[in-house]
Amino acid sequence: MTSYTLQYCPIVVDDVDSAVTFYRDALGLEVRGDVGSDGHRWVTVGFPDLAAPEIVLSDAGAGRPEEDAEVLRRLLAKGLFGPYVLVTTDLQAAFDRVVEADAEVIQEPKDQPWGPRDFALRDPAGNIIRVNQAS
Amino acid sequence: MVGQTIEMLTRLRRARDFIDREYARPLDVPEMADRACMSTAHFSREFRAAYGETPYAYLITRRIERAMALLRAGMSVTDACMEVGCSSLGSFSTSFTRIVGETPTSYRSRPHPAAEAMPACVARIMTRPPSHPPRADGRLLRDPDSSRIREGAVRPVS
Repeated sequence: MTSYTLQYCPIVVDDVDSAVTFYRDALGLEVRGDVGSDGHRWVTVGFPDLAAPEIVLSDAGAGRPEEDAEVLRRLLAKGLFGPYVLVTTDLQAAFDRVVEADAEVIQEPKDQPWGPRDFALRDPAGNIIRVNQAS
Repeated sequence: MVGQTIEMLTRLRRARDFIDREYARPLDVPEMADRACMSTAHFSREFRAAYGETPYAYLITRRIERAMALLRAGMSVTDACMEVGCSSLGSFSTSFTRIVGETPTSYRSRPHPAAEAMPACVARIMTRPPSHPPRADGRLLRDPDSSRIREGAVRPVS
């Protein structure tokens, strides 16, 4: 049987620089690639000790017409994208780091009725990131 | 493109996140508007333009959607009502029935295979009723049934 794993997860942001700062400082990801074209950038970030998946951050205008980019920017600002769900072995340490980085927390660590303890935040563009405690 | 600025949409998003986080305590629209640094009337208008319903309607929908999860987990109707921040059982039941299409008691007593098959953070989104701007006469644009929270059937994994 053919098997797959997820290689790249593209995440659209409003501003690549502030997104890179967030994914690096608040979530602890490594910057692994940075390519530019026509004034747009695609920055690849990954999880320490994991080859894949990697997140590719790009601005709303990268590779699409300005008219579409504007629609995307508005949907991003309205907060309609996500959740992207991460898992960590140490939820409290992850949360402390997020708070230290002054990220926009939308839910404190909490035991959920359906299972994992988790917290939630928004990246600077407005994407929802949820972080689960590994079971 | 004309419409609300990115800065306005960002403020409205933060206010909406605030409602999502604080729905269980006695919230009112002036407090939400304060968070968005706007007057109450301006805030309500802008929120509705962005999200298709007033902030108060959004709060009620949020409470009912949380109550649905609690009822599915077996909590009593009275406890679920109080738990989500509704102080009157009567108005809770009325809102619930209007939004969900059945009474809380009826909802609580039947099985919910589809909602239970989904991860709860997905179920929360999938069981939220779609927002439709009400018409000037206060009625919904579409058939009221279409705005109700629906659960599909579960297809077995083979």
